[in-house]
Order: sequence, then C-alpha cells, then structure tokens
Amino acid sequence: MKEQNLADLEAAFNEKLKQDIRIEPKDWMPDAYRKTLIRQISQHAHSEIVGMLPEGNWITRAPNLRRKAVLLAKVQDEAGHGQYLYSAMETLGASREESIDDMHSGKAKYSSIFNYPTLTWADMGAVGWLVDGAAIMNQVPLCRTSYGPYARAMVRICKEESFHQRQGYEIMCTLMKGSEEQKAMAQDALNRFWWPALMMFGPSDEASTHTQQSIDWKIKRHTNDELRQMFIDATVPQAELIGLTIPDKDLKWNEERGHYDSGEINWDEFWQVVSGNGPCNAERIAARLKAKEDGMWVREAAMAHAEKKKARKAS
Amino acid sequence: MAGKDWPLWEVFIRSKVGLNHKHVGSIHAADAEMAVENARDVYTRRSEGISIWVVESSQVFASDPADSDALFEPANSKIYRHPTFYEVPDGVGHM
Ligand SMILES: [Fe+2]
Ligand SMILES: [Fe+2]
Repeated sequence: MKEQNLADLEAAFNEKLKQDIRIEPKDWMPDAYRKTLIRQISQHAHSEIVGMLPEGNWITRAPNLRRKAVLLAKVQDEAGHGQYLYSAMETLGASREESIDDMHSGKAKYSSIFNYPTLTWADMGAVGWLVDGAAIMNQVPLCRTSYGPYARAMVRICKEESFHQRQGYEIMCTLMKGSEEQKAMAQDALNRFWWPALMMFGPSDEASTHTQQSIDWKIKRHTNDELRQMFIDATVPQAELIGLTIPDKDLKWNEERGHYDSGEINWDEFWQVVSGNGPCNAERIAARLKAKEDGMWVREAAMAHAEKKKARKAS
Repeated sequence: MAGKDWPLWEVFIRSKVGLNHKHVGSIHAADAEMAVENARDVYTRRSEGISIWVVESSQVFASDPADSDALFEPANSKIYRHPTFYEVPDGVGHM
C-alpha cells in the first residue's frame, strides 16, 4: 500500500473532506493544507497568548474581589487556549519554539485587536463582550473544521468562552445602571472597541486571499463577511437593551435582507495595525519577549534539575 | 524540531470514576511530575478529571494509516463474531 501514488493519496484526501471525515495527524495531506493549518493555528495560538496582556493590565486594579477573581480566571483560560492550540499545531510537525520566535520577529501575526490599549475599567467589559463575542462567532464553526486536533481544541475552547463574553457584558450592564460618569465610560469603551472588533473577522471577502481555498478544504466554514454580519446582527440588540449606542451612523435594520446594514470599515487603519503600526504593537511584542527572556533561566534550571533526577534514579 | 522546548508529553485524563483515561492533548514539561502539574492546570480547570496519565510523546508508537486496510479490515469480514449473525427461535426470549 505504501507505493500509492500522489494522485491516489490526493483523491483519498478529497474524498474524506467530501464526506466530512476528519483529517488526523498521521494521515496524508497536501503540503499546502498543512502549511495553511500551521499558519492559522499558530496565529490563533499567538492571539490567545498576546490577548492576555490587555486584560492582565487590569487584574490588580479590578474594582472588587469578585471582578478580580473573574478576570484572573478568564486570563488563565486564555493561557490554556494558547496551550491547546500550540499543542494542535505541534501535531502537524511544527515546532512551538520556532513558531513563538516567528511571532516575536513579526513573521507570524496575531489578532490585530490586541494592539489597542485598555484605558479604563469599562474596557474589560467591552473586551469580554465584543472581543470574546467576535472570537466565539469565529470559533463555533471551527469546531467542525476538517483537521481533527484543531477541531477538538476548538470544542474545549468554545465551552470556556461563553463565560468570557457574559462576564464582559455583565460589566457593561453594571456600568449602565450606574452614575452618569460610569455610563459615559461604558459608551466610550464601546466607541473605541466597536470598529476594531469588526476588523477581527479579517479583510472583506473581495480582499481576502486565503478564504476560498480554506473553505474548499473545510478549514473555514464561513467567509469573513458572513461572520462579521452574524456578529453585528447578534450584538446590536444587546447594546440597545442596556442603552448603549453603536458608533455607526449608517447602522440600520434592513427588513428585506433580514440583517443590519452598516458603515464602511476603515481598512487603512486595519492594514496599518496588521503591519505593525497599531497603538500597542511594539509594547505587546516587547512584553512577550521580556517574558521569554526573563523566564529562560527557569526553564533551563528545570530541565537541568530533571536530568539530574533522572541520572540519580539510573545510578 | 528546535532544541530548547521542554520534552512533549501526551496527556490522558479519567473524567470520572469508572471511565477509561482518554487522550486530551499534549503538554511540554521538564519531567513527568511537572507534566502532571501542567496538565492539571491546562486540561482540568473545571473538574474535567480525577486522574491524569502522561506519556512522553516520543514513546508513543502509532499504527500507520496506510496500513489501516490490512490491520482493521478482517474484523468486518468476520461477521460471525457478532451475536446478530446467529438465528435462534423467537420463543427463546432474551439471549
Ligand atoms: Fe480564548
Ligand atoms: Fe476568551
């Protein structure tokens, strides 16, 4: 069986996709499929890890113990999500260390949303509600993605995400029941995070280079614009319910389409942030590099200790 | 594979008493004890388990998917291994 030629292998691979049979690590897969997955999963993992920074920023300043415990648990979950995803990526033969170095050098990307600063406590509300909300929109269909380890990691992640969004929305609800200043703070956070949250779905379908192939491979199940529309439709009523105003003067329910129409995204800003010129790009990478370098001696010492223990056992 | 990553361990978790340990993913750790601790933090933050096994990934030897036909097909052709293959009179009741 081992001499099967390439055409047979490819036919078998395509047949599996067609029947919605998961591709597993040891199965044959086209190189480009493997590369696309490594790029997407590592980018996703980096986003979880860098995503801890804007929220980690507020842990010590949370307004009370309950909020602090919740935020701490959420940030810890994001660390876990990064670990699940790196672990899925490694099943494709990629090295975790190299992949992390690629993020530090700017060769690999992470979600551009995390290059915006978290200036007030209300931003913890906006991030949980909008950023995790958008992430959920992206991630739920990925539970059915064609690569087994990625799909299974997404199932775990999605189970944990819903508390993230709810705790953020709860923060917004609480602020909107508060003083005029608190309401203004919530509205200001929404104003700053609304558009960057919409950008999380990536370039519009016309400008997206990878979408069609990823859909053919059943890695992606919806286009960027479809997911963005789903997010807008779900989120606008949530804002209205608590008295927040979406900062888009063109936002309007379209009876005929059964969807909200919305204004044009500032794609210049999107590409600027993606290419490294967002408000916090340099700060985020510097923080990750510092974590790597400051922790280096600990990792080396742990390894040396483990080797010594092993040698002692053997002798 | 790069040099400085800690070794990789496969993680198996028993979710409750009476069930098998089941593979859930992998984790990096310097040694087995640390692998169990890291697996606890990463894979059981919401009481997903009551017992953890870790096995160094390099120690796992897996069957080759290309051999699947040869390895697993015979089971299908031997349907007489299943109880439904046998005819017994209706009156016999549950057997
Ligand atoms: Fe996450
Ligand atoms: Fe999250």
